[in-house]
Amino acid sequence: MSSETKQILTTDGIPLEVSLKKAEKKNKIKAFLLVAPLLLFLIITYVFPIGEMFSRSIDDKMITNMLPKTFKEMEKWDGKELPSEDVYKAFYYDFKLLVEKQEHGKLGQRLNKEKNGFNSITKKLFRQVKRNKIDESIGIKEQIMKVHKRWRNVEYWQAIKRTAPPYTLAKYLKGMDMYYGADGSIAQVDEDRRIHRILWLRTLEIAFFVTLFCFLMGYPIAHLLATLPMKYSNLLMICVLLPFWTSLLVRTASWMILLQQQGVVNDFFVMIGLVADDSRPEMMYNKVGTYVAMTQILLPFMVLPLYSVMKTISPSLMRAGKSLGGTPFVAFWKVYFPLTIPGIGAGCLLVFILAIGYYITPALVGGASGTLISNQIAFHMKQTLDWSFASAMGLMLLTGVLVIYWIYNKLVGVDNIKLG
Amino acid sequence: MSKNPEFVKFDKVDKSYDGKVLVVKDLQLDIAEGEFITMLGPSGSGKTTCLMMLAGFETPTHGEILLDGNIISNIPPHKRGIGMVFQNYALFPHMTVYENLAFPLRVRKVEKSEIDKKVDKALSMVSLNGFESRMPAQLSGGQQQRVAVARALVFDPAVVLMDEPLGALDKNLRESMQYEIKHIHESIGVTVVYVTHDQSEALTMSNRIAVFNDGKVQQLSDPAELYEKPVNSFVAEFIGENNTFNGEVVDIDKDKCKVKLANSEILANPISVKSKGEKTTVSLRPERALINPSDKMDNMFTGKIEEVIYHGDHTRVRLNLLGSSEFILKVPNSTSNLELKVSQDINIGWNSTDARALDPK
Repeated sequence: MSSETKQILTTDGIPLEVSLKKAEKKNKIKAFLLVAPLLLFLIITYVFPIGEMFSRSIDDKMITNMLPKTFKEMEKWDGKELPSEDVYKAFYYDFKLLVEKQEHGKLGQRLNKEKNGFNSITKKLFRQVKRNKIDESIGIKEQIMKVHKRWRNVEYWQAIKRTAPPYTLAKYLKGMDMYYGADGSIAQVDEDRRIHRILWLRTLEIAFFVTLFCFLMGYPIAHLLATLPMKYSNLLMICVLLPFWTSLLVRTASWMILLQQQGVVNDFFVMIGLVADDSRPEMMYNKVGTYVAMTQILLPFMVLPLYSVMKTISPSLMRAGKSLGGTPFVAFWKVYFPLTIPGIGAGCLLVFILAIGYYITPALVGGASGTLISNQIAFHMKQTLDWSFASAMGLMLLTGVLVIYWIYNKLVGVDNIKLG
Repeated sequence: MSKNPEFVKFDKVDKSYDGKVLVVKDLQLDIAEGEFITMLGPSGSGKTTCLMMLAGFETPTHGEILLDGNIISNIPPHKRGIGMVFQNYALFPHMTVYENLAFPLRVRKVEKSEIDKKVDKALSMVSLNGFESRMPAQLSGGQQQRVAVARALVFDPAVVLMDEPLGALDKNLRESMQYEIKHIHESIGVTVVYVTHDQSEALTMSNRIAVFNDGKVQQLSDPAELYEKPVNSFVAEFIGENNTFNGEVVDIDKDKCKVKLANSEILANPISVKSKGEKTTVSLRPERALINPSDKMDNMFTGKIEEVIYHGDHTRVRLNLLGSSEFILKVPNSTSNLELKVSQDINIGWNSTDARALDPK
């Protein structure tokens, strides 16, 4: 009993507890130093870019910095009638500064995005300011209003006021086909211009069906892999993995060769008389092409987790199920299938998440009706150079994936995932 | 009610996996109703194949298997109504103990109240009441084993097959489970076909033992007879310990024969030798040879102690006797024990009836 309460000392008189902690601390530091490079790498390549993306997607500071005086004066303005002389004056001085720095063009473009027509009237104002036509000693409001009739329109001043906050969610609204209306309320874009919502839905639909097809095809393959004798299963495994060792681009290109209207598959259909030569079906540049190519490319991500789970299921379990009186189907459904759920969960989650952000394959074989949201993101990255919009959509995609992961966790439980 | 002596019948069953080698050759085996029969043999002797054919997971290449007079070779496993306990228990890991036991009843569409009653009864049989809601992974090896036994019995099968069910347990647990299974068998009278390679397991549990080797039943008899009267040298070698002498029959009588060894002659009991000049292997159980026998015995020799090994309840003595240095003696440890020392000479005697002259090895 006394040994429980008595402090144990090491030979040099330090309590054992203290010296053990000391030794452990050293080990902990060593372990941390070993993972530190990876941690640093992750922070630099993962946390930092996502943070950067987020700030870019909501950033609206440019205009706030361009018109500091105007926005200060506008704080007093109720926004219903035309603003006072002070606001016009402040705007004039801000604009003059921009003209000196030759940044007035940017202001025009940015305001034009908020409301059409700004570009031309800022250009007009620029010419007046450049030629020093505006007399600073008399009322500036009158002079600016004379430049163009739109400067007399309260809606344009309201538009300027809306750009005052340094942050905006406008890009996110745009990603959902919505925008801030004139009075600051959220409005839907016209029905014939709602392209993003269609793309989101299509992305979900294609990801869902690709996952389903992968599951339907991957499950039997994985089962075969897990039950065949070693020498055959190794060969089959190589067949499953072979696509992994081939460039994604090459694989997609080979699907283009196969699926195009004069392609191998169509030739074969014509040869066996399934379709007439002049009515070859289009299997590419539409959803069909995207489905076929993506399913093939993502199949290994379904097969491997399933295989690793099935490998651990003892064949005697199925036998037990049968010997206890279950038909082969019952034995499969009640015994084997429930045990593969962790693999199904892992495979489906992997394939779905990969599919939802897939880019190259839909870009090459998808055509107009088979492209996904990622293609739209790439379009804004490379063509319109609207990076903040691309960032916003990228983040929406990321959020969507996280939500799916969360739902999945609620339904199945992430602990049940098994990747091998 | 008279018991059917041919409740399970293997009728000239052959089995080959690859079409070249027969793993089971012309098997003829009758199992009586309510009997506990053990298929014993080294690995690869065909015993598990026989069990799998009976369970329906393998089909005989030739011949028929009959259950209660009906041919079952073409009936799929789930319709045979045979319970089975697997080597690694094969409990369904995603089901509780209750669900595991209820499985065979549910697939038979038994009513819920009836299921509860039967599961309860089966669990009390293996004294595991109160474990219904545990998962198999939360049970110890012995408990899992008992659940597996209960599950194989819960649907009242006519025959229960057990495929080395105790192989994964430690020695003490294995022994207590042997008695437990034996008692369950005695109390419910089900027919049990048990497969093992452990001879002591077979000897303690079975009514009859079929010793398998090379795809054939070498001997089918009750445990005592199997041990005392092996019919050939494989059985003698496989069951228990055994001292052997290889020699040639020089003289043969009705119940005695003289066997000539390398440099001496012994008297033996002719079992499978018929005439003079035949080669034979004489088998003698270690406990049948006595040191300094008080009675008159017809084989008396002197040997030199090579090794003494203490085994707790008995001492094993290895002797150099009749030109062989592998002769083993088992001496019970009692107070009146002799002082046994290495390189001491001792007198050994045994009766010729215990020395069985079998087929040559």
